[in-house]
Amino acid sequence: MSTMVLRLYRSRETRFGLVLLSGVVLAALAAPLLAPFDPAAVDPDARLLPPGSLHLLGTDSVGRDILSRLIYGGRLSLTVGFLAMLISALFGTFVGCMSGYFGGWIEAASGWLIDVQLSFPFLLLAIFLLGALGGGTAAVVLVLALGTWVNYARIVRAQVLSIKNSGYVEAAHATGAGVVRILAVHILPNTLSPICVVASFSMAQAILTEAGLSFLGVGLDPSTPSWGTMLNDGRDYLLSAWWIATMPGIAIGLTVYGVTQLGEGLRELLDPRGRR
Amino acid sequence: MIVFALGKLLRAASVLIGVSVLTFIIGHASGDPVLLIVRGDATAEQKAELRHSLGLDRPVFEQYADYLGHALKGDFGTSYRQHVGVAGLILARLPKSLELAGAAFLTAMLLGFALGIVAALHRDRWIDRAVAATSVLGQVVPGFWLGLMLVLLFAVHWRVLPVSGYGGFSYLVLPALTLALPTLGRMALLVRAGMLEALGSDYVRTARAKGLTEREVLLGHAVVNASLPLVTQAGLEFGDMVGSAFIIETVFAWPGLGRLTVNAVLQRDFLVVQGCVLVIAAAFVTINLIVDLAYAGLDPRVRAR
Repeated sequence: MSTMVLRLYRSRETRFGLVLLSGVVLAALAAPLLAPFDPAAVDPDARLLPPGSLHLLGTDSVGRDILSRLIYGGRLSLTVGFLAMLISALFGTFVGCMSGYFGGWIEAASGWLIDVQLSFPFLLLAIFLLGALGGGTAAVVLVLALGTWVNYARIVRAQVLSIKNSGYVEAAHATGAGVVRILAVHILPNTLSPICVVASFSMAQAILTEAGLSFLGVGLDPSTPSWGTMLNDGRDYLLSAWWIATMPGIAIGLTVYGVTQLGEGLRELLDPRGRR
Repeated sequence: MIVFALGKLLRAASVLIGVSVLTFIIGHASGDPVLLIVRGDATAEQKAELRHSLGLDRPVFEQYADYLGHALKGDFGTSYRQHVGVAGLILARLPKSLELAGAAFLTAMLLGFALGIVAALHRDRWIDRAVAATSVLGQVVPGFWLGLMLVLLFAVHWRVLPVSGYGGFSYLVLPALTLALPTLGRMALLVRAGMLEALGSDYVRTARAKGLTEREVLLGHAVVNASLPLVTQAGLEFGDMVGSAFIIETVFAWPGLGRLTVNAVLQRDFLVVQGCVLVIAAAFVTINLIVDLAYAGLDPRVRAR
């Protein structure tokens, strides 16, 4: 594991991405210590202030400090992205294992389900679901998880298919190991590395989609500071206060860059052709 | 080939039925449309009467069969909010969405292609880095945020283009560019990689050795070979663009299908949303079917699978 981290550290882009990502995560964790103001504190005398010495990144339409809201917003955006990634990884891996190992109607049914989901843009499904069934943090996490499970299911299925008939799985069978044990001990560990790669890209996608959904007003509760809801706030003041919409976009960009660089680094690391 | 085509056709039909069931269930779960129509002081009897006249008191299966039957004839019901046919609403918006998506797609393909070639020819020079940086930017920030930034620059700061709305060419520039940017970046990177591979290949060396001019080598050999893998990617990118268009159309107040859908969701007008989802899914499935059949027609190995 430590050699893996060391090797990840060798690429300049990955290093930069990792530093960025750790910075964002640390800032989100230490939000109460770092944020100069209360993110929810309304100040009628400080409305729409441009970036300056007191409010480093300016204030929004009700006088809340943008920097503090960005730092706290990172907590929500990162948590939502991470949970969505986790749930979709678990579900997608489960489906991939089942359809790859058992085949038959399970494989046919999951393949059909994937075809149905991919037959129209995911964002449309997300808007539809959240609009029809109501938003809120938990709903957004679940819907975002729905957006990427297919990627895991496909890659895990392919891996399971290629490992299923290998000698050591047959040996495990012969020693009397059950299906669960074979999947958990012999097959899943071998699919872990591609899952990690997919995970970093799907977390990046979840963060971007959350921003889009909250921006449209069907995502997270508008009163909670997330990067998406802040973009939604900023849109109405685009012509008079550019900083409100600009700053959250930069925060998203830095975070997603960090996450995708981590993914690229992992991919290069795991791809034998990439090792030179 | 006929068996293969029939199998694909059946699959496509079953997927569309799945989509229609899915959208019907979500629309059904969204709440009682009667509450959208009646005034607050309506009595329970009036509501029941309305529910009956709309056919909402029938069993769900019957309602679904009815909906599907009409949808197959191009009738997606009547909007509970706007009191006009959903199909008419969609038809009125569709050309404008196609205009935007088409312009964005063309921009992304042409510009992405050109930038990719230029970047490959000037490997590791500043223009290569600039192309790489632009394409990274397009991947890591939300597309609509890029749109907001373009508005800030071109409409607010320099005042050369309108902020939003629908009209002549000047209204098309910013939304199309916004929609094109992420795809353009991915395309440029792919073309660059393909070009670099082609430039290092034996056939390019042979072409040079037999005395072709550099221009002939590039256009006749390297570019042609580098562009082959892009066909598949182009199809994926178009689907991606249709998805992003939902937000971009909203940002630029573009009167297309995306904005229609988003507004319908916000107004809880779910028959309109159901119709939009079905139409888009039908278009996607048809395009995929055509691509699959074309591939199979061209490559016998695909049919064997």
